[in-house]
Amino acid sequence: MSGESFIVLAPHSVAFLLLVGFIGGLVSGFIGSGGAFVLTPAMMSLGVPGVVAVASNLCHKFPKALVGAYKRHKYGQVDVKLGLWMALTATPGMWWGAGIQQDVRRLYGEAGSNLYVSLAFVIVLAIVGLFVLRDALRIYRSGAVEETSRLAKWVQSVEIPGTMVRFRVADIRVSVLFVLPLGFATGLLASTIAVGGFVGVPGMMYVLGASSLVASATELVIAFVMGLGGTLKFALGGLVDIRLAMLILLGSLFGVQLGAIGTTFVKPFMIKVVMAAVMLIVAVSRALVVPVYLAQLGVMALEETAMRLLERASFAFMVLALATGAFIIVAAMMRGYRHA
Amino acid sequence: MVAAAKPWFLMLVSGAASALCYVLLFANEKEVMASFTRTDGWYPALPVLTAFLFSLVHGAFTGYFWEVLGVVPRPSGKSATARIED
Repeated sequence: MSGESFIVLAPHSVAFLLLVGFIGGLVSGFIGSGGAFVLTPAMMSLGVPGVVAVASNLCHKFPKALVGAYKRHKYGQVDVKLGLWMALTATPGMWWGAGIQQDVRRLYGEAGSNLYVSLAFVIVLAIVGLFVLRDALRIYRSGAVEETSRLAKWVQSVEIPGTMVRFRVADIRVSVLFVLPLGFATGLLASTIAVGGFVGVPGMMYVLGASSLVASATELVIAFVMGLGGTLKFALGGLVDIRLAMLILLGSLFGVQLGAIGTTFVKPFMIKVVMAAVMLIVAVSRALVVPVYLAQLGVMALEETAMRLLERASFAFMVLALATGAFIIVAAMMRGYRHA
Repeated sequence: MVAAAKPWFLMLVSGAASALCYVLLFANEKEVMASFTRTDGWYPALPVLTAFLFSLVHGAFTGYFWEVLGVVPRPSGKSATARIED
């Protein structure tokens, strides 16, 4: 990689990265993932080449996840064993997802690849986001605590000799034959939309039966392993801009610690509220650019100005998603702090 | 109940160490970027090792920072994981 491909950092770019890093860290510390969907396009908007933005984001992701996981482990919320079992297949899932991306790009070009990613965002986040929101609202209205889903109860009841593993912190005993595909799906989504946690956390909650606190904390272990593996891969190609990664980390470690502390002050369903809000706003953000990619593929006609407008609106919605998540977390923390 | 002493000293030491890491990184920006983007030998390990070092030093600082500000976890944080089985 030639030195010319790395940008000159201006003061406003540094301030921007620190701020987005902090908010992304706050959301990550609280729901186990988040921030990447804004950080990568944010870096690209500063002139960073896409592949360097992805590589640098990964290089800040794994140390952030490490600090977040350590912090939440101290609060007794991390199931390291579950995280490592999930991570075992998350990495192959990530490589498989990257392979699909390359195939789509080769067959349908850049616009086709962007359309594929955006549709994956919209479909996955809309379905899972609405499901999580419905669950959060049900708990809020009934005033009940979290219940184990019917699916998770069935999964826990399935006995497959030689594959049963007890996960102490999550307080579940399930066959790893359910855990491994979930890890694979997490990795697959991580390489497609950069946030595997949007499948990993709901999967641990609704398929395996872990609580939202344990699922979101355990996701940080998976994020650490995937981030480390991804960083190594990109570092072998000389693509990591360590300055960008460490600048984002500067803000995000303040955020991830605050988000982790926040989980001890809020009612557990608040994790679901934040997750659903972020997922659904991001889904809207990506839905806005679908017509742009369809126009670029020649499927429909769209004026150049309309395309630019939709792209800007899409980015604004992504920032809004992160800001909304951060706002709900801080408000819930302050409410919980007053009642503590 | 007596309030625990705030870790001012630890925050200042870890904060100084964290600042030193960042100063060294940006004061030697050109050399760092030239070395850290090399693809031969053990050079690709440099970004990874640096990220680990920063997470240790800056992670310690940010932890003490919130503690000094009085933003600490609720002691019964784990109890919130309770669920009911119907």
